[in-house]
Amino acid sequence: MATNLVEKAQIMDADAIRRGLVRIAHEIIERNKGTEGLILIGIRRRGVPLAQRLAAFIEEIEGRKVPVGVLDITLYRDDLTTRTEQPVVHRTEVPVTVAGKTIILADDVLYTGRTIRAALDALMDLGRPAQIQVAVLIDRGHRELPIRADYVVKNVPTSKREVIECHLTEIDGGEDRVMIMEKAEG
Amino acid sequence: MRLASKDILGLQEMSTTDMQLILDTAESLKEIISRPIKKVPTLRGKTVLTLFYEPSTRTRTSFELAGKYMSADTVNIATTTSSVVKGETLRDTARTVEVMGMDVVIMRHPISGSCHYLAKILDASVVNAGDGMHEHPTQGLLDMFTILQRKGQLKGLRVAIVGDVYHSRVARSNIWGLTKMGAEVVVAGPSTLIPPYIEELGVKAYTRVEEAIEGADVVNVLRLQLERQQRGLFPSTREYSRIFGVNRERLALAKKDHLLMHPGPMNRGVEIASDVADGEHSTITEQVTNGVAVRMAILYLLLGGATDEAAD
Amino acid sequence: MKLLIKGGRVIDPANKVDAVQDVLVKDGKIAAVGKELGSEAAEEAKVVNARGKLVVPGLIDMHTHLREPGFEYKEDIASGTRAAACGGYTAVVAMANTRPVIDTASEVTFIRERTATTGAVNVFPVGAVTKGQKGEELAEIGDMAAAGAVAVSDDGHPVQNGEVMRCALEYAKMFKLPVISHCEDRPLAGEGVINLGRVSTILGLRGMPAAAEEAMVARDILLAEMTGGHVHLTHVSTARSVDLIRWAKSRARENGFTVTCDCTPHHLVLTEDAVERYLYDTNTKVNPPLRTAADVDALRRGLADGTIDAIATDHAPHHQDDKDVEYNYAAFGIVGLETAVGLIFTELVAKKVISVAAAVEKLTAGPARVLGLPKGTLQPGADADVTVIDPAAKWTVDPSAFASKARNTPFGGWELTGRAVLTIAGGRVVAEDGRVV
Repeated sequence: MATNLVEKAQIMDADAIRRGLVRIAHEIIERNKGTEGLILIGIRRRGVPLAQRLAAFIEEIEGRKVPVGVLDITLYRDDLTTRTEQPVVHRTEVPVTVAGKTIILADDVLYTGRTIRAALDALMDLGRPAQIQVAVLIDRGHRELPIRADYVVKNVPTSKREVIECHLTEIDGGEDRVMIMEKAEG
Repeated sequence: MRLASKDILGLQEMSTTDMQLILDTAESLKEIISRPIKKVPTLRGKTVLTLFYEPSTRTRTSFELAGKYMSADTVNIATTTSSVVKGETLRDTARTVEVMGMDVVIMRHPISGSCHYLAKILDASVVNAGDGMHEHPTQGLLDMFTILQRKGQLKGLRVAIVGDVYHSRVARSNIWGLTKMGAEVVVAGPSTLIPPYIEELGVKAYTRVEEAIEGADVVNVLRLQLERQQRGLFPSTREYSRIFGVNRERLALAKKDHLLMHPGPMNRGVEIASDVADGEHSTITEQVTNGVAVRMAILYLLLGGATDEAAD
Repeated sequence: MKLLIKGGRVIDPANKVDAVQDVLVKDGKIAAVGKELGSEAAEEAKVVNARGKLVVPGLIDMHTHLREPGFEYKEDIASGTRAAACGGYTAVVAMANTRPVIDTASEVTFIRERTATTGAVNVFPVGAVTKGQKGEELAEIGDMAAAGAVAVSDDGHPVQNGEVMRCALEYAKMFKLPVISHCEDRPLAGEGVINLGRVSTILGLRGMPAAAEEAMVARDILLAEMTGGHVHLTHVSTARSVDLIRWAKSRARENGFTVTCDCTPHHLVLTEDAVERYLYDTNTKVNPPLRTAADVDALRRGLADGTIDAIATDHAPHHQDDKDVEYNYAAFGIVGLETAVGLIFTELVAKKVISVAAAVEKLTAGPARVLGLPKGTLQPGADADVTVIDPAAKWTVDPSAFASKARNTPFGGWELTGRAVLTIAGGRVVAEDGRVV
């Protein structure tokens, strides 16, 4: 099962990640004309710290708190019956009602689009938001569903053999960084 | 993470790892029950059968809701509405439901061991919803889950199980589960309703209810199973209530922040006094909600995911 | 027809023989037993080389259910006696709980005639103690004795009423018939399906207390003493039953009564733990129930010190439909004829619980003595019922290969050492290597 991955290149460091997040925090405020009715929801696991950081930047800029929620999409995955390893279900924690609100869904990497698809279904089951927007750290292409991101920190063209790895302090410890890895020959 | 067995037959044979996984998963899933839209698509296309050879309201409904909240299709067979009344054997019924493509069969049966028997016949998962006087593992798990939610842990707690231990599958499942998770379990009831060798299950047995309740963190009152009594195990429900009934005075011996549990349905005024059943320590309605969460967890862990290799 | 069994270890407890000898069978009788029976004996005889094997009197099972008439779908005289032959038995004692119950001379005669036409080995009928085994009025014990009944028993419907039992012992004594008693206080056993104890508590199955057996053992001993009769306590299963019988035997002779008993291979080998280990396998459901390790030890001691007179199988064949159901719904009983020798040699003889000679005695002279049968001996002139046992033969119990119609054994898949390899009944080879000839 375990595939050997070797690091090919580091594409972002902590500063680049911070600057990028600050930029899209501004974009979110600009596009939504402030923070009224905004909820930031992070997709477990690495979307969660991204949502929290965006909320903090937005608060710095606008001086207003934006609610942050956590979404676990395990129950909505379309590969549940085909996966070998049964995923552990975690809690979904959305502190306020989503009905009529603008949801910013945050995740680390946008790839096939299936995670966002599952997250959209999960959100819909929590209520009827006015709007859902997607914010990601990396968009690496290769979409399998008609889904696009509204806010992207960095577009990274990749091959399917490659894997994007995001290290975020809150989850992985150490310094923030994003790397391109490649599956080793074998 | 995956459960060790395709079936949930009892807590005697379940590892602490599996119990913990079920409890953790239930904790994650409980939130769904409080949503305005109580449905996730996880078990779409899966079929869950409840096969009940004994009357039951809450357990059957609880499983059915758990299945429906997870988008499984649920089908119910109760003895009064099937060919069971015409004397069909359990093996033949099992074959029939298997051919119909059930993924999980949840069975309640008056005879101990029937779920083991069914599990040997079926490739589908079998969940024991109560077999005779043997086990009721999902009730045991939901009781543990309720204690865990209120107390934060099971280890080190003193749990008193009071009443008709002899006929109680709930008692046996609670004893196995709680002792494995590190709780101290004591049981109490009339000597005719305490089965021999019960202490070999790792509990202390008393005939004075007060001794069991004293210092307890949790008092779990068992239903007096009037329908299972052979004549003469105790003289009258009046005397039973006076000597063994759980009431306010007796509960005063328990810890101040004790929980009062009952698997239901209650015989009010017999094994439990109405005022305490409805009182501030009672978790009886909470147990019902938690029952759905635990059963959702079990269905997810049995049905969500497959064993065949597939690319991510 | 001559048959010379050469070079085996002849164990004939009835005649106190245990030596390497030859056995000559001629015209259905034992013709001679001795060292190196010469070429004269061998003339025109079929010679069987029994070197390394045991040559013993044909085994006698004093507790068998042949199910005929009435329950032929479970077993019949033809299949049951073939199962007996395969297991090394040349005689079985057929219990009376058939349909109709064997409670008159005509039913006893039916069994004998049916055996003559379809049986492979000897069958000795048991008559009922009471009409219809209802425990109320005595059956026609005198007529049945005259027709060939060797004992009376209500077996699985044990006589609960002490007065009826007392009369039965008094009355049967006149005809020198023992009353075989399945000791069970029915209300005390209640709806029990296994032993009352640790396993019944864990599995949530209703239990039969040991006292339900012991109370009746005590009653029957006291009634035997009171009447001067002969009670045979069958398939005793508890430590205190053995103690009570030991006590009774210590005073029976001087007080003029007779108490004998047998126990089964399954009670000598399995405990109640089997019900848990085999996850409610209904083949562990038997009455009396499998007991505790302490009880098994006591039975083994009783066997070794002679308190227990015989090992009997309580061969209780059932159809799959009677067993392939929920535990409480399943019929009680285990088939035993084809596994007894293997179990006894593997679990008792090889483990030095009892000697080979004692094992043979409990299967031959013991039961013959209890019932007064002219069997269980290699005395020249006796019927040529001979069994050759290979104590080293390794085999695996395969219920699907049983000659019995029934498969209800908890021993399927067990690897055993020791097996009857040749069964000769009335001078005729009826089974060889566990197969009917």
